[in-house]
Amino acid sequence: MNRILDIKNLQVSLPTANGVLRAVRGIDLHVDKGEMLCIVGESGCGKSMTSMALMGLLPKRAEVTAEVLDFDGLDLLSLPKKERNKIRGMRMSMIFQEPMTSLNPSYTLGNQLCEAIMRHKGVSSAEAKERAVYLLTRAGVPMPEKRLDQYPHQLSGGLRQRVMIAMALMCEPDLIIADEPTTALDVTIQAQILRLIRELQQEFGTAVIFITHDLGVVARIADRVAVMYAGQVVETATAQELYSNPMHPYTRGLLNCIPIPGKTAPGSHLESIPGVVPSLIGELKGCAFANRCHVSTSECSQRTPSLELEPNSTSLHQVRCPITATTLQEAM
Amino acid sequence: MPDYALELSNLSRHFHLKNGAFKEPTLLKAVDGISLRIRPGETLGLVGESGCGKSTLAKMILGLLEPTDGDVLINDKARSASSRLSMARQLQPIFQDPYSSLNPRKTIEQIIRLPLQLHKEGNKESQKKAVKDISDLVGLPERLLKQYPGQLSGGQRQRVAIARALILKPKILVCDEPTSALDVSVQAQILNLLMDLKKELGLTYLFISHNLGVVEHLVDKVAVMYRGKIVEQGTRDEIFQNAQHPYTKALLSSVLTPEPALGLPEVLDSSAWDSAQAS
Ligand SMILES: Nc1ncnc2c1ncn2[C@@H]1O[C@H](COP(=O)(O)OP(=O)(O)OP(=O)(O)O)[C@@H](O)[C@H]1O
Ligand SMILES: Nc1ncnc2c1ncn2[C@@H]1O[C@H](COP(=O)(O)OP(=O)(O)OP(=O)(O)O)[C@@H](O)[C@H]1O
Ligand SMILES: [Mg+2]
Ligand SMILES: [Mg+2]
Repeated sequence: MNRILDIKNLQVSLPTANGVLRAVRGIDLHVDKGEMLCIVGESGCGKSMTSMALMGLLPKRAEVTAEVLDFDGLDLLSLPKKERNKIRGMRMSMIFQEPMTSLNPSYTLGNQLCEAIMRHKGVSSAEAKERAVYLLTRAGVPMPEKRLDQYPHQLSGGLRQRVMIAMALMCEPDLIIADEPTTALDVTIQAQILRLIRELQQEFGTAVIFITHDLGVVARIADRVAVMYAGQVVETATAQELYSNPMHPYTRGLLNCIPIPGKTAPGSHLESIPGVVPSLIGELKGCAFANRCHVSTSECSQRTPSLELEPNSTSLHQVRCPITATTLQEAM
Repeated sequence: MPDYALELSNLSRHFHLKNGAFKEPTLLKAVDGISLRIRPGETLGLVGESGCGKSTLAKMILGLLEPTDGDVLINDKARSASSRLSMARQLQPIFQDPYSSLNPRKTIEQIIRLPLQLHKEGNKESQKKAVKDISDLVGLPERLLKQYPGQLSGGQRQRVAIARALILKPKILVCDEPTSALDVSVQAQILNLLMDLKKELGLTYLFISHNLGVVEHLVDKVAVMYRGKIVEQGTRDEIFQNAQHPYTKALLSSVLTPEPALGLPEVLDSSAWDSAQAS
């Protein structure tokens, strides 16, 4: 099968002082081998919690359940800890927003690049270094041999992120999770880093889950997109389909908020989404977006919609909103 | 009315970076001889790569950092000649981070009222009324005035920061990345607010941002900064439709609009504009 990752009804809950916070409330997702899946959504919607659950890096007090959490035929939830750690080191890796959180300031970059591959794959130090230099070169890091002896703080933010990308590729993983890897960088460096991730991904056939809240970035790199709201996926489609035919009122709202050069008249009033995200503490009745939605009816706050296949689309387009589906059918 | 709300002439700020006890420190020209003028009621966008000196420039304008050389004129008068208090009536900042810039132990009402108290303006009653009026203006519901910053959303907090900046009725706002920490739907609300305030109060803005889509939407003029210098400036259309400097072109070509068919832009080689700057 072509699937590398299959998730059904993933839930993550965290105990807090005010009650149980349901950060992830039943996510269904899949990623094919070599595919770039972008996850997009507003702050606090559970993007990082989802990726931490996949990596097995959630805080201890978090409770994780899922009907299916399958990584290339392995059930991640029932896997013994040792096996899980091995997968994390070798077959799945992660790139964080701020590279300093995952780089150790007191070890050289060479040490950190080579550690996992030597430990997990029993590769010799010389071979590991050779691979590190190759990947640093591919990642556009100047003077790669010299970098092996440097420490993280001796590099600029852009260079550190390049090193992180090289590090994520050291063990030839099947899946990379990149959580806002370019948010802290300026636009020219962002474009370079995105190109690099895309090129390396295609060269090595790696699947990537790319998390961001920037719809411009998503449009330019995604094969497929999942839009998240309040701990759930509300819409998923190919990038082309999502941008030309957004269906969920939340997705449409997000796309209308951003001024687009050449399309939005400068100085014109921008649309925005009124109201705020509901609290994720305790049970949420009905559609989580109902209180901010301009097409919602009284039924929306009663019944929780499920993620349904959009019948009129040729590609796999799913939407968690019965209203858009009916309006569209009526329009036909 | 003054000729210029804000005028910078040959403004510089250098830093000496230490290289250990026995080595000569490196000289960093964070801002290197910048001259700029903004007319009253105009919005100037300042863009440029990370670390090119934008915030350093803003801090000098706000009097938070002494220039190494050059002058800042506000409403045609030298900044150094006026006291801090009188400056605060003419010029106010809005920063990126609405979380750290509000005192967590004060209510929203106390936070917005503080500048009036510092300036001994009016009595308690008139101050309360001023706070309510300004909160209405920025779209902050009255019920939030009794709450603390920790109980507000990011967009609400940024509105508090804007209300506090406006309470002394300054004519000039220096905005350093005012929306980059916010979600896009909140960003749209804050941008609409800034545009409405400009129309209603005739405000002048210096608007610093990495987001060129936002800059194009909001500004009348643009200045492009690279390594401490202004490399190009012009009207919005001159810069966005007909940029001349290679760095400006590179910056514009890196903007990622939500158009999936376009893919990623070519990565340009920085030697093109490094040599343009050297010459
Ligand atoms: N350690 C924690 N303890 C309790 N709640 C947490 C913790 N970390 C995150 N949360 C909450 O879980 C929810 C989901 O958070 P998450 O970090 O996954 O959001 P996100 O989508 O990554 O947002 P952002 O775009 O801001 O990074 C939020 O409501 C957040 O406040
Ligand atoms: N107090 C300081 N001491 C030494 N160097 C400084 C100091 N403040 C700023 N710098 C340096 O001056 C340069 C300009 O910094 P500044 O913060 O003005 O950049 P910026 O254009 O605002 O960047 P960004 O877009 O990332 O906010 C940087 O190289 C920075 O490291
Ligand atoms: Mg996150
Ligand atoms: Mg800055």
